[in-house]
Amino acid sequence: MVATKEAQKTVEDVTGEYKYGFVTDIETEKAPKGLSEDVIRFISAKKDEPEWLLDWRLKAYAKWLTMEEPTWAMVEYPEIDFQDIYYYSAPKSADDGPKSLDEVDPELLRTYEKLGISLQEQEVLAGVAVDIVFDSVSVATTFRKKLKEAGIIFCSISEAAHDYPDLMKKYLGSVVPVADNFYSCLNSAVFTDGTFVYIPKGVRCPMELSTYFRINEANTGQFERTIIIADEGSYVSYLEGCTAPQRDENQLHAAVVELVTHDDAEIKYSTVQNWYPGDKEGKGGIYNFVTKRGACRGKNSKISWTQVETGSAVTWKYPSCLLIGDGSVGEFYSVAITNNYQQADTGTKMMHIGKNTSSTIISKGISAGKSQATYRGLVKVMAGAENARNFTQCDSLLIGDQCGAHTVPYIEIKNPTAQVEHEATTSKISDEQLFYCLQRGLEVEDSVALIVNGFCKDVMQHLPMEFAVEAQKLLGISLEGSVG
Amino acid sequence: MLEIKNLHVTVGGKEILKGLNLTINDGEVHAIMGPNGAGKSTLSYAICGKDGYEITEGSVTYKGKDFLDMNPDERAGEGLFLGFQYPVEIPGVSNMNFLRTALNSQRCYRGDKDMAAVDFLKLIRAKAKELDMDPEMLKRPVNVGFSGGEKKRNEMVQMAVLDPNLAVLDETDSGLDIDALKIVAEGINRLRASDKAILMITHYQRLLDYVVPDYVHILADGRIVKTGDKSLALALEEKGYVGLGITEAA
Repeated sequence: MVATKEAQKTVEDVTGEYKYGFVTDIETEKAPKGLSEDVIRFISAKKDEPEWLLDWRLKAYAKWLTMEEPTWAMVEYPEIDFQDIYYYSAPKSADDGPKSLDEVDPELLRTYEKLGISLQEQEVLAGVAVDIVFDSVSVATTFRKKLKEAGIIFCSISEAAHDYPDLMKKYLGSVVPVADNFYSCLNSAVFTDGTFVYIPKGVRCPMELSTYFRINEANTGQFERTIIIADEGSYVSYLEGCTAPQRDENQLHAAVVELVTHDDAEIKYSTVQNWYPGDKEGKGGIYNFVTKRGACRGKNSKISWTQVETGSAVTWKYPSCLLIGDGSVGEFYSVAITNNYQQADTGTKMMHIGKNTSSTIISKGISAGKSQATYRGLVKVMAGAENARNFTQCDSLLIGDQCGAHTVPYIEIKNPTAQVEHEATTSKISDEQLFYCLQRGLEVEDSVALIVNGFCKDVMQHLPMEFAVEAQKLLGISLEGSVG
Repeated sequence: MLEIKNLHVTVGGKEILKGLNLTINDGEVHAIMGPNGAGKSTLSYAICGKDGYEITEGSVTYKGKDFLDMNPDERAGEGLFLGFQYPVEIPGVSNMNFLRTALNSQRCYRGDKDMAAVDFLKLIRAKAKELDMDPEMLKRPVNVGFSGGEKKRNEMVQMAVLDPNLAVLDETDSGLDIDALKIVAEGINRLRASDKAILMITHYQRLLDYVVPDYVHILADGRIVKTGDKSLALALEEKGYVGLGITEAA
């Protein structure tokens, strides 16, 4: 096969010779710092990708070179040197990272303990090199078998590129085009892994799908790519992330998630994001620049985003819905917490294209410390979208007097039959509320957690049960030290 | 139970309590009356340890322990309850959840295990019924959309569930119609016991018709200026503060 030969040659080109400056070491294998066509070829070769995918990456790279980093979001951070980043790093060997939990930041361990996470899981999350094969791997295998019986594809993006090239070609970049924005374009050039899900016609996925079951593959790098396709009449609930803070040296995360629902299909996508937010002085932390979009292509289809964002130093994220099919439904439920020096600019876009489409947006922003939280949303009703409906509610809660909350709603209506509602409130945790709780016997931190959970209830109730309980605890933990 | 000696309290740089003395023994019910601005609410907040109420002098001792050394939640754990004049709304938190969290926090403070969910449900339903509260109200967010009377009734349900040793009731009777007043009074009377004590702050004598106090104190200008029994409240009702020789500014 020509493609294979080509690929082999590419591998030789990029790995065989020192002149390209690659560090080829059996233990840790990294592309050199920075981004170039060679690095992209290296990644593609490492993944043993088909030619078309390499081409796709290279085109994205060429486009990216012409694009500029967006500056419109209400976030500030030092300029990113894109040539000072590793774009490919093989899974960590046992020599990297801590040898045991004794070497892990006790602060992190304390959080795990509060979340009730088992020691084994703690080791994995904290990046401790674990030799033993632990339970969840076999659990994952069992689940995969069950999914296969239902005809569901649930695998890594790399596997999908090999095993399901037709599906990949059809859907990759079909919702978030390569040149959609600076970060999605970068992701298209260098994505290293991610998840691929396909639910066949009429199948209701028998369990919540979660990357958690692939925890053994957790170190997938900072440029993840996720594609979920729900064929006619199917349903899937997908959980992304983990409620425990993950040890991570990667500074920049630029993931892309694409969802597609066909006629009468539904995807429920839930995220709990708790990347390292930086320390109390605002040093370090992840830049989380994510593009998430779902296309309701079929009639009466539905996409629902639920997110709880508590981590990262800077978040730039707008999970959106393209409501193309007549009668399709888009939902966005969001809780974004910022503390200390965190900044979050997050929201959604609801594009009403088909007739009788409806969307609901409920956003709860909580700011504490010296943090800044912005809700940025767009509701757009196109000329052909007869009888579109939208309801938007944006509530902000401030803790202390040094943080900020901002709401930037855009509404564009091109069809007179549209009905759009927008409600927004800003409130503070008052001294009176806090004292009331204290007087009844609650400690300060429990009081704040209780009040904040009450504030977020409309969103939290949309999380799957197993997530909701941990997410509730997480809200409290994220705000520790914000009062008193 | 409670011993307050020479208490001076400053709020926002202004001295409100100026050497207040008060001793409450087990089993006693005390009523404090006084003109507006005398420092009645300040006294209740100072006992509970609210932020911004600075104790500049004096002591508050509860069962031999120095209360001033404890946080508000610790004082609650010791068995102190404040019935608020203006109960606070907590959106999104159900009454039931709030009260269960409170009760279990107090139990935890005292070294007891959490109350089992089933037992708690039985307890709160029974107390709501005693105080004639619609059980549906238990599912609603704390005080959100409650009428003034409903809020006060809710305070009584909370008090009944938490079963404090010392209850300080800050104008719990204000804003109540006569039926609600009777229910609140019954709630207070149910708490009366030889090992408990109650301190009622009120503007009006009418509550004292239903909850007969052992002592009535008149608080004016940051001090207790007169102490008597129930007849003092009646005399006050008849003659007013000025008639008893107490001027607003004292």
